[in-house]
Amino acid sequence: MELLVASGIGLVAACGVYLLLRGRTFPVVLGLALLSYAVNFFIFAMGRLTVGGAPIIKPGSAGHADPLPQALVLTAIVIGFGMIAYVLALAIRVCRETGSDHVDGGGKPADREIP
Amino acid sequence: MSAHLPALPVLVPLAAAALLVALSVERLAAQRAVAVGACAAQLAVALALLAASASGEVRSYALGGWPGPFGIVLVVDRLAALMLTLTAVVALAAAAYAAAGWDARGRHFHALFQFQLVGLNGAFLTGDLFNLFVFFEVLLIASYCLLAHGLGVARLRAALHYVVLNLAASALFLIAVSLLYGVTGTLNMADLAVRAGQAEPADAPLVAAGALLLLVVFGVKAALFPLYFWLPGAYAAAAAPVAALFSIMTKVGVYAIIRVHGQVFGPDAGGVALVAAPWLVPTALVTLALGILGALAARSLAGLTAYLTVASVGTALAAAGLLTAAGVAAGIFYLVQSTLVIAALFLLGELIALQRGEAADALETGRPVAQPLLLGVLFLIAGMTVVGMPPFSGFLGKLMILHAARDATAGPWIWTVILATGLLALVGVARAGSAVFWRVSSEPPGAAKAGAAAAPAAALVAAAVLVVACAAPLKSFADATAAQILDRRAYVDAVLSPQAPPYRSGPREAR
Repeated sequence: MELLVASGIGLVAACGVYLLLRGRTFPVVLGLALLSYAVNFFIFAMGRLTVGGAPIIKPGSAGHADPLPQALVLTAIVIGFGMIAYVLALAIRVCRETGSDHVDGGGKPADREIP
Repeated sequence: MSAHLPALPVLVPLAAAALLVALSVERLAAQRAVAVGACAAQLAVALALLAASASGEVRSYALGGWPGPFGIVLVVDRLAALMLTLTAVVALAAAAYAAAGWDARGRHFHALFQFQLVGLNGAFLTGDLFNLFVFFEVLLIASYCLLAHGLGVARLRAALHYVVLNLAASALFLIAVSLLYGVTGTLNMADLAVRAGQAEPADAPLVAAGALLLLVVFGVKAALFPLYFWLPGAYAAAAAPVAALFSIMTKVGVYAIIRVHGQVFGPDAGGVALVAAPWLVPTALVTLALGILGALAARSLAGLTAYLTVASVGTALAAAGLLTAAGVAAGIFYLVQSTLVIAALFLLGELIALQRGEAADALETGRPVAQPLLLGVLFLIAGMTVVGMPPFSGFLGKLMILHAARDATAGPWIWTVILATGLLALVGVARAGSAVFWRVSSEPPGAAKAGAAAAPAAALVAAAVLVVACAAPLKSFADATAAQILDRRAYVDAVLSPQAPPYRSGPREAR
């Protein structure tokens, strides 16, 4: 399970970083979203991977799921979601003002056309 | 009441921001009164905390009533109180400047401003690594909106770069925080300071990796080489009161580096002690050199000031990065005075630009300013301070840094870079001043004069001058602060010693 989770997080993060380095804003925003998903999984995994762990400790229960990373991941999801929404709104505004989807608001003439 | 004092720097701007959002946009006078009043109240609270912390007492405030390390705590020590005071001074000046007419250009300026203060004050106060992330996000979200405030293509473009870069940095921050939690099982800074040193040898590289990832994140905030490229564009594009407030934002990065790498992973942290030390001074010196080169090449006053911000962060960290008592003290002293003077320069830059017609703040021939005496003298004092000419505070700051670096192995490098960049900064600022005030066209000066807006800029310059007059007490306070940071026992004891929360056990003093 560790190998599967670790390589999954690595793959999502790699895709996120690749998209983040693209020249147009839309892939960049997608990259940020993927990166935040990878990070959320990573936080979750830092509470150790347990199967069938009790969420609430009862007398005699063997092992329990660590609740703190779950609280952290919830906060991170909320903040990440809000930020993606803001960066999308900002990207659309930049696209309208500069007439280009390029992150620098310029780029090659082919980039300047808004589909 | 005094037991709850540590929570007020967060609560006052939060309440003010909520009130400002509720106030209708048309009632600008009421908005201004609330905003400036809230900043003044924060200054009063910060001064009270500063006075209380001067004795060396570290106050820990358990927010949920759970004792540390399990609950969330706010901690006031000398460094936090000093940064709170500095923030309140700059914020008061910037809010007063905006209230002189600038805030009419966009809606909700003052509310966003107060939200940013929530994040700034919280970041200085928190004793918990995850809450440091949360407060960073609060201040960043407000700063994203403030940067784009007033719109314009240049500002929007700068805002997009700034937002994307900081979101990537936030992802790194979360990775670092959860990595540290996964290995040590705690996020409380005091607890982390104790446990990081006790990590098993096999886990030590993981802790070190988490600590160094945090350095990258704080480097983005502080604009350290090679992570400073976002700053000149963003700060030069921002409006003057926003840029003045942002001058404290880079200092949050410096603060976090001192707090985390000087204290949590400080000299007593066992296997991960001073893990960031080999990186700090070299990157700081490169940042300083590149910042000054940028200032030499700047084409506008705002661009010049933005690059001087980069250089000031480099200077402060060149000293603080030594992680010795003298180095950290010199870094803190330099940080305080440079923040004041850079905020003043941002405000002055816009005042000058408003009087120069089409030339605005470009460093080229334009019509003469309407108030050459007032603006010229303020610019001269601020310029000499930022360059580090005697008798102004920049000179004292650099002198302390050179003195602190005398015995360090990196000493010759620090001496060379600081002295050489001082000369280059003098050339850059003198070039800007002569271009703006002397190389003027034959047009008559415009009629527009700076009225109430000049007062906050003048007050910030006066505060920077006042630092010279109060240099001795400030120096001894900075020395005590550095000692408190590097010897973390008082901090750890205050947070981890079991004690009831203030609102159940009565006043703190009774303890």
